[in-house]
Amino acid sequence: MERIYLDHAATSPVHRAVVERMATIMTEVFGNPSSIHFFGRQSRHVLDEARETVAKSIGAKPAEIIFTSGGTEADNLALIGAALANRHRGRHLITTAIEHHAVLHACRYLESEGFEVTYLPVDERGKISLAELQRALRDDTIVVSVMFGNNETGVLQPIEAIGQLLKDHPAYFHTDAVQAYGLVPIDVNELGVDLLSVSAHKINGPKGVGFLYAREHVKLAPRAFGGEQERKRRAGTENVAGVAGLAKAVEIAQETMATKQSEYRTWKAKMLAIFAESGIRYDVNGDEEMSLPHILNVAFPGTNVESMLVNLDLAGIAASSGSACTAGSIDPSHVLVAMFGKNSDRIRSSIRFSFGLGNTEAQIEKAAYETVNIVKRLTNGR
Amino acid sequence: MNKAPKDTRVVVGMSGGVDSSVAALLLKQQGYDVIGIFMKNWDDTDENGVCTATGDYEDVMRVCNQIGIPYYAVNFEKQYWEKVFTYFLDEYKAGRTPNPDVMCNKEIKFKAFLEHAMSLGADYLATGHYARVAYRDGEYKMLRGIDVNKDQTYFLNQLGQTQLAKVMFPIGELEKAQVRQIAKDANLATANKKDSTGICFIGERDFKQFLSNYLPAQPGQMQTLSGEVKGRHDGVMYYTIGQRHGLGIGGSGEPWFVVGKNVKENILYVAQGFDNELLYSDAIIATQVNWVSGRVPTEPLKCTAKFRYRQPDTGVTVHVIDATTVNVVFDHPVRAVTPGQAVVFYNGEECLGGGTIDQIFRNGEKLWYVG
Repeated sequence: MERIYLDHAATSPVHRAVVERMATIMTEVFGNPSSIHFFGRQSRHVLDEARETVAKSIGAKPAEIIFTSGGTEADNLALIGAALANRHRGRHLITTAIEHHAVLHACRYLESEGFEVTYLPVDERGKISLAELQRALRDDTIVVSVMFGNNETGVLQPIEAIGQLLKDHPAYFHTDAVQAYGLVPIDVNELGVDLLSVSAHKINGPKGVGFLYAREHVKLAPRAFGGEQERKRRAGTENVAGVAGLAKAVEIAQETMATKQSEYRTWKAKMLAIFAESGIRYDVNGDEEMSLPHILNVAFPGTNVESMLVNLDLAGIAASSGSACTAGSIDPSHVLVAMFGKNSDRIRSSIRFSFGLGNTEAQIEKAAYETVNIVKRLTNGR
Repeated sequence: MNKAPKDTRVVVGMSGGVDSSVAALLLKQQGYDVIGIFMKNWDDTDENGVCTATGDYEDVMRVCNQIGIPYYAVNFEKQYWEKVFTYFLDEYKAGRTPNPDVMCNKEIKFKAFLEHAMSLGADYLATGHYARVAYRDGEYKMLRGIDVNKDQTYFLNQLGQTQLAKVMFPIGELEKAQVRQIAKDANLATANKKDSTGICFIGERDFKQFLSNYLPAQPGQMQTLSGEVKGRHDGVMYYTIGQRHGLGIGGSGEPWFVVGKNVKENILYVAQGFDNELLYSDAIIATQVNWVSGRVPTEPLKCTAKFRYRQPDTGVTVHVIDATTVNVVFDHPVRAVTPGQAVVFYNGEECLGGGTIDQIFRNGEKLWYVG
């Protein structure tokens, strides 16, 4: 059976060039970048080059890049680090109801530490309202964190407009760009972003590495204590091979962005065309215009997620929905709950397909036809 | 259905225990297209906020990967709450001792879960129950498991022809020791896992404490049938007929036992001596009766019956009152027959069906004190 992977928003296959780059580093460069001998300098050079590449990809300076263990750590460091370092200025944060749990649970932690958090709602298309953000903003607001592109629906938030809105406010503007990075051009200066999180494994890099962009002069309290790596903002000997892999993945992502954008948009349209032709009922979740090209979240009325996903997997198609709890059962997605309410049938019948490296148009078509068959079978006689 | 095993899809309900692990292994060895599915019926978290079902699901994942079959989970918390737990609480409120496992098999495992399995294109649903299915004389028979100590047909008494046509019990032909041995030989992660005890959603916790989270406990009088007060009880729902422990009645002579309850007056009735005649009955009326064959007997039926799990069979005669109600007359008196528990009928190795014990009689009179 041909297996078709349409879950690139969960994680993505590592690009061959990334594997080769990492293999080279792991076999040839092993020194500690903090060491003062030849071996240390060798590693330091790898890190410096990677930092340069990563910084350039978002219009930042190399010193503004903090390598982390991934998106979660980057989000945690941004939120908790900024809140703790700026608590003398205020104790209020603003975020949205549709953030990744790496942001939401960091906010919950801050609430338990005496901070106050406003969670902005979204409309049925998955977008926040700038007016509501404006209203929520207070003199003591120290951080505003709004996701760039949503990992479940792909919906893009008006980041540039938020940046404009916050231009004259002292609050730091953080955006979780883990899902958007690599598929949307990002320039931190044009966008007015102070903090931005990225993960390597979503862009065909290795797991266990990512970075946080922190604008110069942004104050961050470290979350890990030890050596003086990453300008004292993130202690611990650097993951040199991982960082080199990340940089390679960044290079490839920058080079292929335009091609991927148009290809994935075509695939999305193709899939929806097949659904439409087949006569099955379906509803696209989220704003179709303002969304990431590689994510398609669709509700199939009359089906339930658990049957859909298992049937798809048995047919060789890997898709997903929400997040599985530790006991394997699928919890309704908090993103869809925020859009449609917890009693909507839509939260129990929605599937996410996400495209990426290795997919072909033929695969997308096959997956769409299989989906149609399964939906027809599950909704038969209801 | 005469498909080859490799074209026959079997969904195995996996609990993370050794029995269902071996059921899946055996089916895989026989060449079936096997899928393991874990049911999550109860929402609870431990002191770290981790779902209590996590450990069991981790075992399911380990075992399925060892066997080489895909695994998934399905959530029936809502159905379980509505169909099983609500009934469980209602029965306790009425002063009876319910059997949630019978209800879980009827409403969840062999209904909601069976439907789920069918929606995945399954031909059969398999579980790790100690029971057997045979096709004889144009119908499906449910037979006791080979291991008489482990036989679980008592809990399966509500199954009928539609379920049995789609059900497999791969370990029903085995003794428990053999099941363990197979698991050990295959090095399954669950080979040495302790069998779960008690009611699934309560687990190892204190039953009284659990129940008090849902039903307010009303302490009251503990007395003999003649009205002599013997002490206080913590709430009649915490006690079952024939129970000795936890009464705290001191003094000389034989130990004291629960013989009945009056929910309305909140009285717990007690009597002295294990074999006190108040504990004995010789007939019952059972409701919600199911006949595995789908045919209600037209003549009084001589067979055997169990009034609780693992009890030896008693000879009985079943007189049908209507399609789901019967009068069961025992060949000799039986101790501590309890309203709310299941009565299950057998003809030799065959389980004929069963119902819920509703009213209890001795010498033609209803035992008013039983509740």
